[in-house]
Amino acid sequence: MIECKNLYKTYINGDVETQAVCGISFRIEKGEMVAIIGPSGSGKSTLMHILGALDTPTSGQYFLDGQGVSKLNDDELSDLRRNKIGFVFQSFNLLPRTTVLRNVMLPLLFTGVSEKEKEGRAREALKYAGMEEDKFFNLSNQLSGGQIQRVAIARALINNPAIILADEPTGNLDTKTSHTVMQAFQELNKKGHTIILITHEMEIANFAERIISIRDGVIESDRKNSQ
Amino acid sequence: MLKDLLKEIFWSLSANKVRSGLTILGIVIGIASVITMVAIGQGAQSSIESSIQAIGSNLIMVSPGAQRTGAVSGGQGSAQTLTVGDADAIRIEIPNVKAIAPEVSRRYQINAKGSNTNTQVIGTTTDYLTVRNITIDFGTFVTEQQIKSSAKVAILGPTVRDDIFGVGANPIGQTIRIKNVDFEVIGVTLTKGGTGFANPDNSVYVPLTSAQHFLSGDTFVTSISVAASDQNSMVAVQQQINDLLLKQHNISDPLMADFSLVNQADIIATASSITGTFTLLLSSIAGISLLVGGIGIMNMMLTTVTERTREIGLRKAVGVRKIYINLQFLAEAVLLTFLGGGMGIFLGWMASLLVSKFVPQLATQVSISAILLAFGVSAAVGIIFGSYPARRAANLSPIEALRYE
Repeated sequence: MIECKNLYKTYINGDVETQAVCGISFRIEKGEMVAIIGPSGSGKSTLMHILGALDTPTSGQYFLDGQGVSKLNDDELSDLRRNKIGFVFQSFNLLPRTTVLRNVMLPLLFTGVSEKEKEGRAREALKYAGMEEDKFFNLSNQLSGGQIQRVAIARALINNPAIILADEPTGNLDTKTSHTVMQAFQELNKKGHTIILITHEMEIANFAERIISIRDGVIESDRKNSQ
Repeated sequence: MLKDLLKEIFWSLSANKVRSGLTILGIVIGIASVITMVAIGQGAQSSIESSIQAIGSNLIMVSPGAQRTGAVSGGQGSAQTLTVGDADAIRIEIPNVKAIAPEVSRRYQINAKGSNTNTQVIGTTTDYLTVRNITIDFGTFVTEQQIKSSAKVAILGPTVRDDIFGVGANPIGQTIRIKNVDFEVIGVTLTKGGTGFANPDNSVYVPLTSAQHFLSGDTFVTSISVAASDQNSMVAVQQQINDLLLKQHNISDPLMADFSLVNQADIIATASSITGTFTLLLSSIAGISLLVGGIGIMNMMLTTVTERTREIGLRKAVGVRKIYINLQFLAEAVLLTFLGGGMGIFLGWMASLLVSKFVPQLATQVSISAILLAFGVSAAVGIIFGSYPARRAANLSPIEALRYE
């Protein structure tokens, strides 16, 4: 369902070429929960950008749900992200001073979905992500860190995406909140969602059932999580 | 789609009320100040011009020259050199003269019914109405018949009427006494406005011959007003009058002329150059405020959009196509500039009206061109600097935009 074949990504900054990803290949099946772990500079963020269709690889092929992503243009990438991928970013990823509901509805903007249906789906997604109903009309700057991540998860769910991509989803949270957020991801996974976590913390990666470890742009190990 | 766009603009602007408000305020002040400035400038110019026009149209004034007794000059206008004959000669011999009115004027004490006033008494002919743009409110002006018979009749300016007979009274048939001679009031002129020494509203008009017989006691006139038939012929008419009068007075050297000619166009030209400078000054001030306003709008828009680069990145990351992002920012900029523009025009208009209300001699004129200029510049600045940086941000990859600090 996700297939990467020999992905390369080279950044050219002036005369300096940086190889961020050097020949990565793997498959992720539907319903898996995978953690991609690696220290900073390992190329995991670049890989995440490619997997999230935020960026295209320099060479190699990436198939999402059987569709080739490598050669899409800007608008096609936008459409793909909207239809197939749910993002949970590290932090500060909500619209400022905007209600919880409107934040969750953001990916449905300009899709022709009626306002009523948007709100219905947003409410559903929020409940699914474990958000209390009395917070639905709170502004994004009145929420706690854990609540922000729940809203972000709900937003990632609203399009019923093929994969949910979480980039350091617990980066700014304390341990206790981190664990509840990760448990939320585990529950989503049990309900059948494919989840890819990007993290540098082993403790967070251990919530996943498969761990792909990356160093210097190549896969160091790819193993089932024994825990 | 359109509904989505409108909703999104509404939410986005209302989520940032202070920022939106300040942007609008900047536009409002920029536009309102330009409109008010230009309105005041043009009002001042036209009020000066119209008060000159009120003297009459295409007017040439002939006044006597200086009276000389040996080396002592009595000053311009003191000589008694002009006569009704000069006026008749001008009327007969010079083409393109629409009307001509010789006059004898002097200040006298006027009594009637126990009240009295001191004012200008002008002895003149029927053409005076045409030459000086005066209208009769009720009654009649002096007729040819009355001039022939030196009738003892008088026409009052409205101010004189108010002073002697009371405000708004109808004095026709009443008698006023000028220099111990009784004159019957036969008409009142319409208020003309204007102030100062030779206020047409504060004058009494009598037939020319009556003024000469009963008041001045001689056959001279104090000035001759000539109205040329149109503006283009004024220079020629003035020259012809000059030549004719030199001949009439047997003067061979034009420098020795015992009369002088003043042309209304000269007065207007002088005044126009003053008001032109004035308008230029106000326009520069308006231009500077437009520039300052424009820069303010530009700064506001630029900071707003730069501040929102992450938001643009987020929108793009969750799958909003960049055309919708561009559209949204463009529409927001258009809405802000049009809201601000509309309010600015309204405010500028109101301010102009207020200036007119509290400073009545300055009848401001709101000009469409000033409105269009102010609005056009602000709207262009607002829309360009509101949408161009957003366009650039939407062209960034979402990762770069999200990372933007």
